[in-house]
Amino acid sequence: MKTEPGSARWAWLIVAGLTLFLAAFAAGCGSSDDDSTTADTSDMPTELGEGEGEVNLVAWAGYVEDGSTDPKVDWVTDFEKETGCEVNVKVGNTSDEMVQLMRTGEYDGVSASGDATLRLIDGGDVVPVNTDLVPNYADVFPGLKDQPYNSVDGQMYGIPHGRGANLMMSNTEDVKPTPTSLSAVFDEAELAKQEGHVTAYDSPIYIADAAVYLMATQPDLGITNPYELDEDQFNAAIDLLKTQNEYIGEYWSDYTKEISAFANGDSTVGTTWQVINQLLQADGEPVTAEITDEGATGWSDTWMVSSEAKNPNCMYMWMNHIIDPKTNAAVAEWFGEAPANEKACDFTADPKHCEIYDAAGDKYLDDLYYWTTPVSDCGDDRGEVCKTYDDWVQGWTEVKG
Amino acid sequence: MEAADALTPQPKRSVGRRLAGLFHGRPRLQISTLLAGPIGWLVVGYLGSLAVLLVAGFWTLGELSGEVEQSFTFDNFSQIFTEPVYRTVIGRTVLIAALVTLTDALLALPLAFYMAKVAGARTRGMLVVAVLVPLWSSYLVKVYAFKTILSEEGALNWALNPLGIEGPGPGNVSVWLVMSYIWLPYMIIPIYAALERMPDTLLSASEDLGAHPGHTFRRVIFPLIFPAIIAGSIFTFSLTLGDYIAVQLLSTNQFIGTIVSSNITNNLPFAAAFATVPIVIMVIYLLLARRAGAFEHV
Amino acid sequence: MRLTGRSAMLLRIASSLTLAFIYIPLAIIIIYAFNPDVVLKWPPPGLTLDWFGKAFENDGAREAFFNSIKAGLAATAFALVLGTLASLAVARYKFFGRETVSFLVILPIALPGIVTGVALNTSFTQVLGIDLGLFTIIIGHATFCIVVVYNNVVARLRRLSTSFEEASADLGATPFQTFRRVTLPNMRGALVAGALLAFGLSFDEIIVTRFTAGAGEQTLPLWILDNFSRPNQLPIVNVVAVLVILISIIPVYAAYRLTKDEDGATAAHAAP
Repeated sequence: MKTEPGSARWAWLIVAGLTLFLAAFAAGCGSSDDDSTTADTSDMPTELGEGEGEVNLVAWAGYVEDGSTDPKVDWVTDFEKETGCEVNVKVGNTSDEMVQLMRTGEYDGVSASGDATLRLIDGGDVVPVNTDLVPNYADVFPGLKDQPYNSVDGQMYGIPHGRGANLMMSNTEDVKPTPTSLSAVFDEAELAKQEGHVTAYDSPIYIADAAVYLMATQPDLGITNPYELDEDQFNAAIDLLKTQNEYIGEYWSDYTKEISAFANGDSTVGTTWQVINQLLQADGEPVTAEITDEGATGWSDTWMVSSEAKNPNCMYMWMNHIIDPKTNAAVAEWFGEAPANEKACDFTADPKHCEIYDAAGDKYLDDLYYWTTPVSDCGDDRGEVCKTYDDWVQGWTEVKG
Repeated sequence: MEAADALTPQPKRSVGRRLAGLFHGRPRLQISTLLAGPIGWLVVGYLGSLAVLLVAGFWTLGELSGEVEQSFTFDNFSQIFTEPVYRTVIGRTVLIAALVTLTDALLALPLAFYMAKVAGARTRGMLVVAVLVPLWSSYLVKVYAFKTILSEEGALNWALNPLGIEGPGPGNVSVWLVMSYIWLPYMIIPIYAALERMPDTLLSASEDLGAHPGHTFRRVIFPLIFPAIIAGSIFTFSLTLGDYIAVQLLSTNQFIGTIVSSNITNNLPFAAAFATVPIVIMVIYLLLARRAGAFEHV
Repeated sequence: MRLTGRSAMLLRIASSLTLAFIYIPLAIIIIYAFNPDVVLKWPPPGLTLDWFGKAFENDGAREAFFNSIKAGLAATAFALVLGTLASLAVARYKFFGRETVSFLVILPIALPGIVTGVALNTSFTQVLGIDLGLFTIIIGHATFCIVVVYNNVVARLRRLSTSFEEASADLGATPFQTFRRVTLPNMRGALVAGALLAFGLSFDEIIVTRFTAGAGEQTLPLWILDNFSRPNQLPIVNVVAVLVILISIIPVYAAYRLTKDEDGATAAHAAP
C-alpha cells in the first residue's frame, strides 16, 4: 500500500474514530425513552369529535374483513360509509409482532390478546379508554369487563372483542380416530404415527399448552397456572416441547400457512383457530377441530387505543362498531369465537352459536387458560421465582434448535 | 508578434476552466472531491449505522414492557457464547452456507466453461441471457414455488414417489437445495467472465504439450479462475448466511437470520448483538477473499 | 476451443443438467400462473388465463410495480454517480487507503441484508427521527448498489489506457471536458452493465427494503410478500412474477450486446 505523507493516514483514523463516537452519542440521545405510567387518565378524551378520515389498525387475521377474502364477509365497507373513516389494517401473526407494530407509533389501535395487553400498557404504548364514549360497551358480557389483562386499578384499557379457545385440528383421513386429547401432539407414541406432519403455533406462548398437558399427566409437578411456571415446571415443559419438535414438520404463525399445510398434506394434526378449520372445510378439505379434554389455552382479545394515535375519534368509532350486535355476531361466526356483546347472540346466523361457543362462559370458556404475559411474580407463596416472558422467548429458541 | 497574438484565439475562461485551474496540480484535492460523496456516505451513513447497531447490542429491556432501555450490559453478548443453542445455530448456518457455495461452484463450472469456450457466438449470447434472466425473477416467488414443489403433494414427490423415493421434507436438505438454486447465477457470472478473459492460446498450448483435459483443468484453468470462484462465493456464502425468509419456510430449525429477525420484534438489543456474529464472519471472509484476489472479479 | 469425444460429451451433459436445474422450477412457476386453483397442488387441475386479467386490474400490484421502477431508477442513478466517482479515484490515483475503498464499497452487499436493514432502520428511526418512505428505500438500495457499478467501471478503467486522457489534456481540454468526451464514452458499456445489474438488484430486493419502507408505500417484492398471506391473491403473484421474467429478457439481452461489442472480448476466441 503506497502511503501518502503521514497526514492522510491520520485523517482516516480521525474520521473513523469520529464516526464511532458520533454514532454512540447519537444513539444515546436519539432514542425516545418512554416513561410508563399506569392508569394515567389525563389523556383520555371526554367527548368524541369528528372522524379524522382514516383509521390504521393492527389486527388478528379475520378480524377486519372488507370483502377481499370472501365477498360476503364484510363489516368494513359499511363502517367506512357511515363514518367516513377509511380503514387500513395490518395483520399481526403473533402477539410479539403486534407489540412491535404498535411501538412504531404508526397505528391507531390494536386487537390485543392477553399476552400483549399488559406489555403494551406497561410500555406506555396504549392509553386508558373512556368506555362512556362507546355505547355498545354497556352490553358486553360482565365476565369480560375489568379483567386483569385489560384493566389496571379498575380503569379499562380497551374494549373487549371476543374470546375463544385454541383447538386441535386433525385430518380426518390421516388421523384416526379423531383425537380429542393433547396426547395427540405430546405423547411420543401418538406423535410417531404422524411423524413429520405435526404442527404447532410458532410463538413462545405455546409453552403454556405444554404446561396444560403436564397439569394432567404430571400432577406432582404442581402446576396450577400454565403461565406461572417455576424452574422445574418450566424445564419440564421445555423438555416436552423438545421431544415434540422431533416430530414437527413445520410450525405456523401465519394462518394462511397452516391452511396451505393442511391442504397440501404437509400437516395432519396440531393446534389451530376455528377460523382456519372453517376455511379449510369450506374448501372441502377433510379436517375437524376439537377442544381438548385436558383443558386448553385460549385468548381473549381487547381493542386498545395507541398512545400515539393520530385518529383517536375514528378509533373510538371503530371500537363501537366492531362490538355492535350485528357486527360482533358476524365476526364471531367468521372467526369462530364467542362474541363480547350479549346482544350479538340474537344476530348470529346459527342460533346456537353462542351456546356452542359458550359465550356466557359457564361451560368451558371461563376455564380456559387465556394468553397472558408471564412475569416473575408467581402470584402465590412461591414468590418471585417464576419465569418471565424473556425466559419463555429464550426457552422457545432452545426448543426450535 | 502582436498581430499573431491578436489572431490566436484565447481559450475562454469558463467556469469549467477556472475550476480545472483550482484542481490542477493538487492531487489530494482531486482525490478528496471524488471520494467525498461515496466514502462520506459509506463511512458516516453505513458504518455509522453499523456502529449504532453495535451500541444497541449493549442495551437491555424493561422486564414487563419489553421496551428498550439504554443501560450498558454484556449480557446479550455473553448469552451468545453461553447458550449452546446459539452455537448450534451458527454452526448449522455456516455449514450450509459452505455446502451451498461448494454445490454452486460445482454446478457453475461446466456451464460457465461451455459458455465461454465451447459454445458458438450465437449460442453463447442465448446462454448468457438464459443465465441472467432468472436473476430477475423474484426471490420470493422462487422460494414459495420451491416450497410447493417440495411439499407432500408437490411436483417433486409426484416425480419421485412412483420410483419409491420420497423427497426431502422440511429440513436442512431442503434449505441446502433451495439456497443452491437461488444463488447459482451469482456464481456463474464471475466464473464465466473470468473464463472469457482467459486466452484460448493457453488452453491450446497445454493441449500441445500433451495434457489431457482433466490435467489442463487442474493445472491451468482452475488456478486462473480461482479468484473468480472466490468472488462468486462471497455472494453465495453471505446470502445464505443471512437469509431468514427461505429458511423459515423450509425448515423448523433456526439459522442466524431467523434468530436476528425473530428477536428484532421483542428484543432489539439481543438481535443487534447477535447480528455482530455474521458481520464478524463476513469481514474475515472478505479479508481472506481480498488476499486471494477475488475483488478484481466481483 | 475444441474438446473431443468423452470430455465434450461430459461437458455437454453437465452443462445441460445445470441449465435444467435452473429452468425446471421456473417452468413450474410459469405453469402455476395458469393454475385455476388457489391452492397449489401438483399437477394443476387445469389451465386458465383468468389470473392474467385479474393481475392487470389489481391496483396494489400496479402501484407497487411503479414504485419499484421509481426506486430502482433513483437508486441506480445514485449508485452510478457514487460508484463512478469512487472508481475514478481508485483507478486513476494512488493514495493511502485505496484498497480500503474496495473493501468499504463491497461491505453493504456482502453483509447479510438483515444486518444492513436493521442498522439503517435503527439509524433512520431512532437517531435521525425521519419517517420511513420511498426515500429511505432508495438510500438503502443505493448503498448496496454502489459496488456493482464500481466494480464494472474500475475494471474498465484499468483496461483503458491513460494515453487517451493524456492526449486530451495535451490538446488543452479541462479534466471535465476530458471526462465527458473521452473517458465517459469509453466507459459506456461498463456503466450500462453496472446500471442494469444495480437496477435488477434494487427491483427484487426484499430484505433491506422491509426495514427501510414505511407503512404506506410498497415496492413489488413487498407487495408479493404481503399477498402471499392472502390465499386468493396467490395466483396473481405468480402471474406478476412471470410477467417480470418475460419483460426482463429485453434489457438483459441489450446489456449483453452492449458490453460484448465494447470489450472486444471476441479477440480472445481467435482460433489457435
